[in-house]
Amino acid sequence: MALLQVENINVYYGAIHAIKDVSFYVDEGEIVTLIGANGAGKTTTLQTISGLLRSRTGSILFGDTNISNVPAHKLVSRGLAQVPEGRRVFLQMTVQENLEMGAFTQPPSRIPEDLEAVFEQFPRLKERRRQVAGTLSGGEQQMLAMGRALMSHPKLLMLDEPSMGLAPILVEQIFDIIQRLNQKGSTILLVEQNAQMALTVAHRGYVLETGKIVTTGLGKELIESPEIKKAYLGG
Amino acid sequence: MTFLSFLISGISLGSIYAIIALGYTMVYGIAKMLNFAHGDVIMVGAYICFYAMSSFGLPPVVGILLAVVACTVLGMVIERLAYKPLRMAPSLAVLITAIGVSYFLQNSAQLLWSTNPKVFPSVVGNDGLKLFGGELSISYVTITTILTCLVIMVVLVSFTNHTRMGKAMRACSEDKGAAELMGINVDTTISVTFAIGSALAAVAGVLLCSAYPMLVPTTGSMPGIKAFTAAVFGGIGSIPGALLGGLLLGIIEIFAKAYISTQMSDAVVFAVLIVVLLVKPTGLLGKTIREKV
Repeated sequence: MALLQVENINVYYGAIHAIKDVSFYVDEGEIVTLIGANGAGKTTTLQTISGLLRSRTGSILFGDTNISNVPAHKLVSRGLAQVPEGRRVFLQMTVQENLEMGAFTQPPSRIPEDLEAVFEQFPRLKERRRQVAGTLSGGEQQMLAMGRALMSHPKLLMLDEPSMGLAPILVEQIFDIIQRLNQKGSTILLVEQNAQMALTVAHRGYVLETGKIVTTGLGKELIESPEIKKAYLGG
Repeated sequence: MTFLSFLISGISLGSIYAIIALGYTMVYGIAKMLNFAHGDVIMVGAYICFYAMSSFGLPPVVGILLAVVACTVLGMVIERLAYKPLRMAPSLAVLITAIGVSYFLQNSAQLLWSTNPKVFPSVVGNDGLKLFGGELSISYVTITTILTCLVIMVVLVSFTNHTRMGKAMRACSEDKGAAELMGINVDTTISVTFAIGSALAAVAGVLLCSAYPMLVPTTGSMPGIKAFTAAVFGGIGSIPGALLGGLLLGIIEIFAKAYISTQMSDAVVFAVLIVVLLVKPTGLLGKTIREKV
């Protein structure tokens, strides 16, 4: 059984039909990516899963429960974590406080141990734990946003454009981290404009175009597909 | 010696403004709205304490506690009924609603308690300390006000910096969507903020009426506006800013009354605000956050 099963969701912004009959699934242990151009509906899809937006139809099964009407703040304790687009760390709070916020739904006794685990993944954050997040570089903020999400022990980690606005070398680092997290057992749903990188690390991918899924396949299949190459990989 | 005495009066009045300003600034920081009914919650608190003491003969401490409980509930009810349905509405709609709530409270108070002024009995008596052989006298009300303000500040700062709920508040004030993704219930957090702000309003109401004992249904409105000014002056959204803004405003007001003109004192206060905002639009301790892209 899939960990996440999205079935025929339709999302509207007022009169605008942003997501049209989108269905896909993520199995446990997978990295699945949603790729597509700006405005294709990738972020909208993620926000609908995490409860910030609502679908008018269909269902979102997480494990065996329908979560399509569960408020966002209740999904975290069920094992769903989202790293939002643009990172959105709490800029005026310290690195450690940001991580503690990530553990908001966890018993406080667990926090010290989990902090150490995150610091082991991201040694840079440990050096800067007392620093205010607003003083971090973009790459460090992305690591902080990921670490913050990991603090809630998610069954499914959703990443929205983790490479956005980062220098190429940092992009590679971030994707390395994504693969490492996956090898350690995290299931990941990755939304990316950087199709090349996303398809390289993902087991499977879905291509979104103007709110509809137009293609799906294994990561390496999609990367070889002539249409994908033409449309998204600049070749 | 008169200078010192004016200064102490200013600090005392400023402490009251600061306590009220905290309510404005915390609610603004988290709900991003100006709760113009805040001043009238002060008035309700003062009336409740007044009736508890004068009609039921309860001791002042019980009167204050009743006022705090009643205002906490009132604040949460106002938020739930008037502001929560407007969470997604344009800010102008929320602002107009807040002004409406303010008039609603004032007029309800007129119906319930009439417009006849009540003489508020000081909760700490009318005596004071005599210093320098009687040249400088400081009333217990003044001392209580300043100490209460300090205690409230210390408690609030440690609450927001060191408790789970306090940190959740800071997270909500920065980014509600991200806070929601952490599992923080934003609605509850906003409700708690209103509760804290309104409880402080009750305390401010009692202190205000102990120092200036005439209680009418519009008692809260001018101090409310001054405290709002203080919050903006200090940098709205900032807790230390509310303290600094409140104290400065109180001191400026008393000095203006003493050395310039009693009638002109409010004009001086607002003129200072205008100058500060021209020079530093975010207020004295307000932060400009430059977004990294």
